[in-house]
Amino acid sequence: MADRREPLHLIKSRRDSALATLVSGVPYLAWLGIRFDRRGDELTAILPYDEKLIGNPLLPAIHGGVTAAFLEVTAIIELAWAGLWEEMESGRIVPDAAVDSAMPRLPKTIDFTVDYLRSGLPRDAYARARIVRSGRRYASVQVEAWQDNRARLLAQATGHFLMPQG
Amino acid sequence: MPQGPDLTDRDQTRIAQQFIEAIPHARALGMRVDALGEGTATISMPWAEHLVGDPRSGVVHGGVVSALMDTCCGAAVMSHPAGPASTATIDLRIDYMRAARQGQRITATAECYHMTRTVAFVRAIALDEDDGNPVAAATGAFTVEG
Repeated sequence: MADRREPLHLIKSRRDSALATLVSGVPYLAWLGIRFDRRGDELTAILPYDEKLIGNPLLPAIHGGVTAAFLEVTAIIELAWAGLWEEMESGRIVPDAAVDSAMPRLPKTIDFTVDYLRSGLPRDAYARARIVRSGRRYASVQVEAWQDNRARLLAQATGHFLMPQG
Repeated sequence: MPQGPDLTDRDQTRIAQQFIEAIPHARALGMRVDALGEGTATISMPWAEHLVGDPRSGVVHGGVVSALMDTCCGAAVMSHPAGPASTATIDLRIDYMRAARQGQRITATAECYHMTRTVAFVRAIALDEDDGNPVAAATGAFTVEG
């Protein structure tokens, strides 16, 4: 069980550094500019607008592939984070980018289906993933992305993932 | 993409390449139009370090494959003889059969196999340099506008 009297700043820095280590290990996330905001164990992915994300320069609109990538990244990080959280909070591991074995292995996408609900505006986008079912081998994840209004979804997706073994 | 009987295949591919280069994200990924037919398209892109999704294996992120598949499917819709003025993705499903190898070019080929007045149905396949063994497959529905 977690220590109730553990100083708050230590708890926060442990969680924040675990998340930062997880996210900074993936070059593609840095290239797209994706960041994660954390509230307890809840993550919100943030995709800051950038000109290179545009798929239709006339409207302009964000590329559908970028929207799909953003949703898939959010699902994968959520799954890895959920696994990491258990290990970290129980004190079994201390995530460290310098130590390969101390970093969680990432789940692999089996399939991913994106529903495009609105055209992506040239502004920041946000996403949250929900693990619908996570077994030892397979996981099913649902993801939603939005821009200005949480209730007006940009896109939603469902994906199946192969969980890392061992 | 303008079409006409006076355009050779090479002219059409060149025009398609200009069209792709006007899309900032396609340009950022280094996409190249390899072929364009009546409702079909082949687009490829190089492997790059900054596109890696799993640093342990050097495999590009699935999102990169999504962007290539989406662009290629859209190009197949636009090259359909019905000549839509524009298109947008309604839904796209991607099956990832295996990881694309580090350092290898990825090539997607899409076919718009049915088109109504309002919807285009597309399927696509992605290969790396081991072209007997697909990396991913996609199926999608696209809007038909104009």
